[in-house]
Amino acid sequence: MSKRVYVTGIGVVCAIGNNVDETLTSLLAEKSGIGEITLFSSIHKGILPLAEVKLTTNQLLDEIGHKGAKNLTRTALLGIKAAKEALGSSGITDIQKHRTGLVSATTVGGMDLSENFYAEFLESPQKGRMINIVNHDCADSTERIASNLHITDFVTTISTACSSSVNAIMFGSNLIKSGQLDRVLVGGNDALTRFTLNGFNTLMILDKNGCHPFDEHRAGLTLGEGAAFLVLESEEIVHKEQKKILAEILGYGNANDAFHQTASSPDGTGAFLAMSKALKMSGLKPAEIDYINVHGTGTENNDLSEGIAMERIFGDQVPPFSSTKAFTGHTLGAAGAVEAVISILSIRNRVIFPNLNFSTPMKELKIQPVRKTIRNIELRHILSNSFGFGGNNSSVILSKV
Amino acid sequence: MPYINGIGLISPQKTVDTHEFLTEIMEYQADFLKCIEPVYKKYIDPIQSRRMSRLIKMGIASAKISLMDAGCDMPDAIITGTGLGSVEETEKILGEISKDEKFLNPTPFIQSTYNTISSQIAIQLKCHNYNSTYVHRNFSFENGLLDALMLMEEEMAQNILVGGIDEMTFNHLQIIRRVGQWKKEPVNNLKVREYQTPGALAGEGAAFFTLGKEKTAESYAELLDVLTLFDIEQTTSIPDVIERFLEKNNLSRPNIDLLILGVNGDIQYDPVYYQMSNDFFPGVPQAWFKHLCGEYYTATGFALYAAANILKRREYPPIMQLNDLQPSSWKNILIYNQLRNINHALMLVRAIS
Repeated sequence: MSKRVYVTGIGVVCAIGNNVDETLTSLLAEKSGIGEITLFSSIHKGILPLAEVKLTTNQLLDEIGHKGAKNLTRTALLGIKAAKEALGSSGITDIQKHRTGLVSATTVGGMDLSENFYAEFLESPQKGRMINIVNHDCADSTERIASNLHITDFVTTISTACSSSVNAIMFGSNLIKSGQLDRVLVGGNDALTRFTLNGFNTLMILDKNGCHPFDEHRAGLTLGEGAAFLVLESEEIVHKEQKKILAEILGYGNANDAFHQTASSPDGTGAFLAMSKALKMSGLKPAEIDYINVHGTGTENNDLSEGIAMERIFGDQVPPFSSTKAFTGHTLGAAGAVEAVISILSIRNRVIFPNLNFSTPMKELKIQPVRKTIRNIELRHILSNSFGFGGNNSSVILSKV
Repeated sequence: MPYINGIGLISPQKTVDTHEFLTEIMEYQADFLKCIEPVYKKYIDPIQSRRMSRLIKMGIASAKISLMDAGCDMPDAIITGTGLGSVEETEKILGEISKDEKFLNPTPFIQSTYNTISSQIAIQLKCHNYNSTYVHRNFSFENGLLDALMLMEEEMAQNILVGGIDEMTFNHLQIIRRVGQWKKEPVNNLKVREYQTPGALAGEGAAFFTLGKEKTAESYAELLDVLTLFDIEQTTSIPDVIERFLEKNNLSRPNIDLLILGVNGDIQYDPVYYQMSNDFFPGVPQAWFKHLCGEYYTATGFALYAAANILKRREYPPIMQLNDLQPSSWKNILIYNQLRNINHALMLVRAIS
């Protein structure tokens, strides 16, 4: 059984890049992916900004070699693209060589097609194209990825709102540690949907000017879309095959805020517990965390609760932190994996990416996020937070090897 | 390990009373089987429950029944499996956004997320511990169990609440009927195998189990292991997988006293079960359960309830018999369920020794 779990491959597609290299370029250039709606179809176009992946669904189909296919959701296409990149980055060519699993995460699954189905179906029960509804459930995109990559040993999907893909990283790590699998592709995918956009809009937590996390005048989040996957491998494989290690999954924690379905507790209980558990598992002292990639959605409630929890854990020594959601938007089920990839890019490139759009510190907090890119900085341990509706809070520690 | 120390099941049968085990069987002539819901005020504050969706109420109530049955106040983890989540709330939102995105009521959105059940249980119990939700078709419940097994192995938890829950709505039934997954017309649930038509009889249910590292005087059974396999390429021999699964648990075929199969009356896919059981488990008593609860992604929650009760009571309700054989001992039960011969799931349950 493997006591250690390593990351040997990464893949991402999000508003700031169609792959890892493009994403890194945008991060280094401090270039946000948030903007006016261009591809997505909604009455909110011109009013609410979004962080769209800059590829049409047809372009995505071309890229993954399924030109013209009608039965693939945008969620699945994003997932397949990022998962393929991750496998390639890990140098995996023979999937059957080791016991391989896929643990994916999503919050709305194939909703990008099923919401089209319903409009017609509600006119008449005989109406609506079946191809738009049969991919509705959360497992669909996961199974499409698995089929595409020939992964059969273990396949599952997790949905814990905005913390989904950190829980995928945790579960995948446990599958390796318990000896059930040798390697696992973990991550998440979510496409933009009118369902989520309108849902968040009724809660009045979407910032019309684009999110500015941890700012005194923050006015909500900005939705994004994307997918990210990490290849996790056991230490046995990594040593035997002398694989290049991108990072180690040193610790993780999952806790529930148990306060309110959509609001975080004022003292940040869930966030505090998730971070504390991750630290405990890693064996690190709080002072050994070099940077925190915060959840930092930009909502009044999340940032305050998360900030208080960080001050409770780190006291006067809160490490440099930033939310990268002003780059990528909030990619929901993919967010934890997108930010794990960004954290790995930070470690490997010795750089802390800034918290864009920040100007005024929050009056309730003593801390404020990193405003400008910090280069040439040794980052040994990064804590990445993902907190969700329902108080589902999870944190993961990614370490340099 | 672990031990099943408490069960809460809301189903189309009278399963809420944990002191009874399928003593009275409900027969329906229906499009789909609907749960017999309990009076919720015993489990949820009526002021709170007024705002809750039916699925959330079923989830919280079955979770509380399970914890009470086990005498556990605060689990170390809450894990839920749901294939479709809040179908009813999702449909409400889709109805509203299809009218020019004029969607104004936030409550269905808040209740529609797949993790709502797990998190509402946490809020009710004020439980800050590990909390997760699996949403993978007929693996949802089994993967939740697997997560629980690993948490116990890693010494992360002593008592874990794990559930499987799904609801059915008439709209959803109508839609999926069009792809042939469900019977096209109302059928008699107890005679569902006699129609010899494609499609299953749909159902629903909420089953929560309190798993403990330690057994109690009231423990039902021991959950030995679970396994899920995504055989999309149809390259795997299911008997070989079962053989290895049994071996891993130091068992072999003759040790299986009863086989519980996911037979659901769909002539297209039921032969998968018959072929496996006839070839690989000849002479072994076979049971089925989906005529009692209907088919849904987390239906194996009902099967685990049945297996646990059969092993504890050493009795086997005749209504569940699929062949004429009677178990000669009451030690090991294997549950086998599959979806379209692609998603295969196994659970191994053992009597308390």
